[in-house]
Amino acid sequence: MQTEIIVAGFGGQGVLFAGQVLAYAAMDHGLHVTWIPSYGPEMRGGTANCTVIIADEEIGAPLVKHPKAVIALNRPSLDKYEPLVTAGGLLLVNASLIDRPVAREDVQAVYVPANEIAERLGDKRLTNMVMVGALLGATGVLEMNAVQESLKAHLPAKHHRLLPANYQALEEGAQIARETLAQAA
Amino acid sequence: MAEAALRAGCEAYFGYPITPQTELLEHMAARMPELGRAFVQAESEVAAINMVYGAACTGKRVMTSSSSPGVSLMMEGLSYIAGTEVPAVIIDVMRGGPGLGNIAPAQADYHQMVHGGGHGDYKQIVLAPASVQEAIDLTVLAFDLAEKYRSIAVVLADGSLGQMMEPAELPPMQPLKKGAPEWAVTGEPGRPRRQLTSIYLQPEDEETTNIRLLRRWMEIEANEVRYQGYYLEDAEIVLVGFGTSGRVALSAVRQARAEGIRAGLLRPISLSPFPTEAVKAAAQSAKAMLVVEMNAGQMLTDVKLAVQGACPVDFYGRMGGVVPLPDEVLAEIRRLHANPPADLNGHTRAAWLDRLELVRGGN
Repeated sequence: MQTEIIVAGFGGQGVLFAGQVLAYAAMDHGLHVTWIPSYGPEMRGGTANCTVIIADEEIGAPLVKHPKAVIALNRPSLDKYEPLVTAGGLLLVNASLIDRPVAREDVQAVYVPANEIAERLGDKRLTNMVMVGALLGATGVLEMNAVQESLKAHLPAKHHRLLPANYQALEEGAQIARETLAQAA
Repeated sequence: MAEAALRAGCEAYFGYPITPQTELLEHMAARMPELGRAFVQAESEVAAINMVYGAACTGKRVMTSSSSPGVSLMMEGLSYIAGTEVPAVIIDVMRGGPGLGNIAPAQADYHQMVHGGGHGDYKQIVLAPASVQEAIDLTVLAFDLAEKYRSIAVVLADGSLGQMMEPAELPPMQPLKKGAPEWAVTGEPGRPRRQLTSIYLQPEDEETTNIRLLRRWMEIEANEVRYQGYYLEDAEIVLVGFGTSGRVALSAVRQARAEGIRAGLLRPISLSPFPTEAVKAAAQSAKAMLVVEMNAGQMLTDVKLAVQGACPVDFYGRMGGVVPLPDEVLAEIRRLHANPPADLNGHTRAAWLDRLELVRGGN
């Protein structure tokens, strides 16, 4: 059993860190995991992405063409990865910055106004955690508790005052994903 | 790999920065002085490898690291180290080439490291990690093997390993060895003079050295072959791939299995000595073999030599820094499964290039 997740957005949206949070949580809970950032000229264009693979057995390729889930933090990311998500897969769309719906009907779309939620919680840098929360709410790839524990374990102590807001961001993202899936069902 | 090296007791590092392995040198620059050990950023790769050569003559654990173009510059030094029979560890993080190429992951230096590079009749140990954990473990092993066989041990990785995060455990810090081997030059007064050299002006003396090197290599071949097999028991389509392309092949093999195709993977860990017997054994029950590499088919030659016609050996590779995706390899497995070729003599690469044009057109 293997889940491939691509997190994509602008540089500065916390794309790589969002992936690392997932990677640390998977590692801390005894799963196999790989994290690899985008590697190529597209980095110079201002977009960033990373691929996280979580599995219960040795992981082969750290990159895949057709991921099971994509967190799209901006429009170019949705345009790039919507055609690539595997059929039956998941598209988590940052509706704050992406002004179009998902066109494909064979994937599950979850729209999350992540920037608005982050700003309401007091820090726009929480956008990535809202989206990670939505991933957790929409899939069983990792437990919410696991991610929160790992966030605490791997965030430097000087940032621990930010933990409650990060937990809240995760919870709100998860809540939206659960509601979306309940409506779809 | 840097932290693994110093925990394995590396006492001197000499290097020159080059992407994609500069992080290794950076880590050494920070950690070696902390531990009271030698770190030198040399003025060039040529200087660095000759510093390794000199330091290796003291019997201490020493190393350098570089990437493809930098390693090319080291070839003369490597030959001298081999000829002098002193242990040294080289980490080569391969990138796209030839020439300056690019900084993307590649495996195009297989021939250079496995079949020579430097002049003269010598072989060196070459280990190819496929994961972060293996990169750590093989770095430690490289020091042990280099010392045991007075040989060069190369850890041959590629740039994607350098970028990737994976869970891994570092070994404990080894205490530094006291004393020096009986061949090392240490400047100690009062004992018989020791001399280390790669100059044997009398051809018979050089031949004696060549024989000694070859006998030692045969011992290495007998003892140090390493590989990992996946789903080989009943495999009809056997893939062979090392390092990153081995990982990609593993994903493709699993997907093929899910489709009911009996595919398996043999992943050489020691490229030199090559797991010839294991490849030969896997070929006996295979309908076809597929070698997957990030080059134009370099290990392919060694696989064909091992298989000796027991089954057709086909090839799929990407070059220039392009990493193949599992789907591309899966398509190759499906093709071989549907139409196992009777014979591939002479046309392996030509047919692959035709198929590659289609893949590239589709990108």
